[in-house]
Amino acid sequence: MTVELPEFSAEERAAQEERLRKVWATPGGWRYWTSVNNSEIGLWYGVTAFTFMLFAGLLGLLMRAQLATPNNDLISPELYNQAFTLHGTVMMFLFAVPIFEAVAIFLLPSMLGARELPFPRLSAFGFWSFLLGGVFVCGSIFFNAAPNAGWFMYPPLATDKDYSGIGADIWLLGLSFIEVASIAAAVEIIVGIMKCRAPGMRINMMPMFAWYLLIVAGMILFAFPPLIAGDILFEMERMFGWPFFDASKGGDPLLWQHLFWIFGHPEVYIIFLPAIALMAMIVPTFSQRPIVGYSWIVLAAVGTGFLSFGLWVHHMFTTGLPQISLAFFSAASEAVAIPTGVQIFVFIATMLAGRVIFSVPMLFGAGGLAIFTIGGLTGVMVALVPFDWQAHDTYFVVAHLHYVLIGGMFFPIVAGIYYYFPFVTGKRLSDAWGKIAFWLMFVGFNTAFFPMHFAGLRGMPRRVYTYPEDFGWDWFNLVSTVGAFIFAAGVATFVVDIFWPKPKRLERNLNPWNSGTLEWTNDPSEDWGMRSVPIITSRYPLWEQKNLQADIEAGRYYLPDAKSGRRETLVTSVLDAEPIQCLRVGGVSYVTIIAAMALGGVFIALTFHWWIATLVCAVMTLAAVIYWLWTGTAQIPEHREEDVGLGLKLPIYVSGPASVGWWAMFITMVGDGTAFASLMFGYFFYWTIHSDFVTAAGPGLFWPMVAMGLYLFAWALTIAARALNEKGPTGCRIALVAAILVTLAASCAGLAGPYVYGLDPTQHVYPAIVWIAAIWTVVHGAVGAIMQLYCLARSLTGRMTGEYDQDIRNVTLYWHFMAFTAIVTFAVIGLFPMVAS
Amino acid sequence: MKSFIPREIETLWTLFTAPVVWALHFVICYAAVAIFCAKRLPASFDFDTMRIALFVVTLAALAMIVLAAWLAWRQWGFGADDPPHDEPTKDSRALFQGFATLLLSGLSFMAVVYAAIPLIFIAECQP
Repeated sequence: MTVELPEFSAEERAAQEERLRKVWATPGGWRYWTSVNNSEIGLWYGVTAFTFMLFAGLLGLLMRAQLATPNNDLISPELYNQAFTLHGTVMMFLFAVPIFEAVAIFLLPSMLGARELPFPRLSAFGFWSFLLGGVFVCGSIFFNAAPNAGWFMYPPLATDKDYSGIGADIWLLGLSFIEVASIAAAVEIIVGIMKCRAPGMRINMMPMFAWYLLIVAGMILFAFPPLIAGDILFEMERMFGWPFFDASKGGDPLLWQHLFWIFGHPEVYIIFLPAIALMAMIVPTFSQRPIVGYSWIVLAAVGTGFLSFGLWVHHMFTTGLPQISLAFFSAASEAVAIPTGVQIFVFIATMLAGRVIFSVPMLFGAGGLAIFTIGGLTGVMVALVPFDWQAHDTYFVVAHLHYVLIGGMFFPIVAGIYYYFPFVTGKRLSDAWGKIAFWLMFVGFNTAFFPMHFAGLRGMPRRVYTYPEDFGWDWFNLVSTVGAFIFAAGVATFVVDIFWPKPKRLERNLNPWNSGTLEWTNDPSEDWGMRSVPIITSRYPLWEQKNLQADIEAGRYYLPDAKSGRRETLVTSVLDAEPIQCLRVGGVSYVTIIAAMALGGVFIALTFHWWIATLVCAVMTLAAVIYWLWTGTAQIPEHREEDVGLGLKLPIYVSGPASVGWWAMFITMVGDGTAFASLMFGYFFYWTIHSDFVTAAGPGLFWPMVAMGLYLFAWALTIAARALNEKGPTGCRIALVAAILVTLAASCAGLAGPYVYGLDPTQHVYPAIVWIAAIWTVVHGAVGAIMQLYCLARSLTGRMTGEYDQDIRNVTLYWHFMAFTAIVTFAVIGLFPMVAS
Repeated sequence: MKSFIPREIETLWTLFTAPVVWALHFVICYAAVAIFCAKRLPASFDFDTMRIALFVVTLAALAMIVLAAWLAWRQWGFGADDPPHDEPTKDSRALFQGFATLLLSGLSFMAVVYAAIPLIFIAECQP
């Protein structure tokens, strides 16, 4: 791409900057919180997640204090149970995953050279959901109501209401809410990376961080929905007595373990890969050379992403599954060591090939890799079935998982904070205090966790509140406790360093580490991100593209101005990043906060069984979301094309697969489909454990077939509406009205089968799973009907026309998935019993 | 004669071909033995028949991965150019894709072989 870069006069530049500043301004006063800028949201997200981490860390210290000596009674057994449950839960759900969503939202636009990610309001919505859900879950311990059955909530312990109280509901509903936020972030990240890179940033030019985050976001789509499906089953059992995990009524606690770990194991890699991604940015900078083996890193990221889904049963080696099944998972667990090893060797090779500067970020990075490697090796040990039978549920596993997570995730994130602190604030953290913090943390960590291997091998089970003397565990525990406090002192040093006032730097230096990647061109004192969106011709543009910084700041590239008075960002093609659209993104808004609060209200009211409040909040959520869509999406622009600079004019409104909205729908529905597949897995899981599963009275054949037929008819009508819309509004509107009516009829028919045949879901797991499948489909049908109604209203008010048809195209895409859901559901509940019996 | 080998296409999806084959192979193996061990279905099968069937599935999966690898090798220009493939051109981008896909095919091949090893050594369901 060779283009003539324009030259602007000083006045022109000042005027451009004035307009950009106005458009991207963060509101002042308390309206600051309505901001949707990725830089604000990312920061809030990160600070919130970090605060949750400190809270969970304190819980960890509390546990270590209790375990310091045998027969200790510092805290009660009940508080201990709540502490370890919340410690694990908060670290995994409220720190490890969200912190990377935060880092991604904060860094990606600058790294990719985008002015903004495509759905800033969605990020804001995700953040507010996360904050509300997190405070709800954490706060419960102050009311002695925290979950207490362990962070993986195994039934029958967690379904026993006498034992687990309301804590289990808080866990299930609070975290379901946060999972919504994670999936929202995944949508944002995937579409952002695929479609919003700077022109010329082909996929072989993408920063490593983006590659990793792309894979991680994809993994979230397949990993989180099974847990959401599990949560639904779990809550139905706790609230209404549907016996999904109750063995006395045909249920099976093992199904929860499957669903939890189908989520839980990929989750480990969802946490680990972004941390390695930070390392992949840090190592080249401090080796002052491009990364060695770029393609090998892609191999490692994609390979780990896939293989991590074949490991979940290694958490279930002691549950009595057939040995051949265990062996498959053992094999995959060994195989995943290959791509993980490749990543580490790539870093070592890069360091060997360059001249390493041992700065504080590198110290934390290298220390973290050393710790992680030990955790990886014990991981290979517990991946072997016979060894796992010995070590299962002992402190050996506690040691292993902390080595993996703290080495593979916590140390790299601290490295990342040291590295990116100047990017956020324009100032550097202290090198001297950083080194002290590192050594305290490194020594403290190993002192705390290495003895746990031995305590575990000597038989100390995890999660015990105390232990008798003379089991040979005393010294190990005391040493661990001392180490934990040294580790905490290191963390405290680091936190103090962050808040310690720092002198203002005299000279402006945006790139203090002499990094090569694009994010370091951004001025943290401005809200616009990139001053102009550059053309990229290198993996390390700041090292290899001459004058890049000056040209960007002089506004000589794309989008140097904001004449339309709207927030704009470039959309580019997937493979070669050719500019294809000038996308207008959402600005500051209350609606995201209101939608998140209302949805939070639904989950909180459900926890306490306040049914009317639940209903009111649900209606509010729906209203907020519809208002949000109505006023903020698929706006018909005042003219077709926008001048984005460098003589290029790009369309403002794009629909169908070329649009970011279509991809967001596609990605969301893939996640939704995964949750549905998990429910179907449940159906067949029950079928395998019962010899007479489907011979009991079912929903019959007639109504399921009617429902399937009607849903397919509604699908066809929706497709027809889309096609007719191109010719004129009338036919489209008639088709939509018909589609709505047919959808409603189909939904009634869907419920008629189980209803007419009097299936009682509290009696046995078979009617329960049939009801769940039918309800799932009917709820999706109802959402589909709302979408059809929405399109009808858009068409009637002239907001959707033959040319501007994003709404109906996205709704049609939804209906493709809906049709698939209906076919599978009704074939399974209607036809399968006939085949199987 | 029309070749059965697909033409070269411009998409990111081909990167994932071999890992997807691994995933399918894994799911088939897991589901097949789970159903067989729990229900003794299909009724005409004994464990050895199941193993043989899964070996056939494994061979098919490996064949598909080899095909994916060959296509990737072709996209990589049959190794005509060496990495790092960091030029700002369409060609360099395609070569990068080919090379990364080839590497992933290798990993997937290994992972499928790993998953098949238990079929050799384990001769019964054994709860």
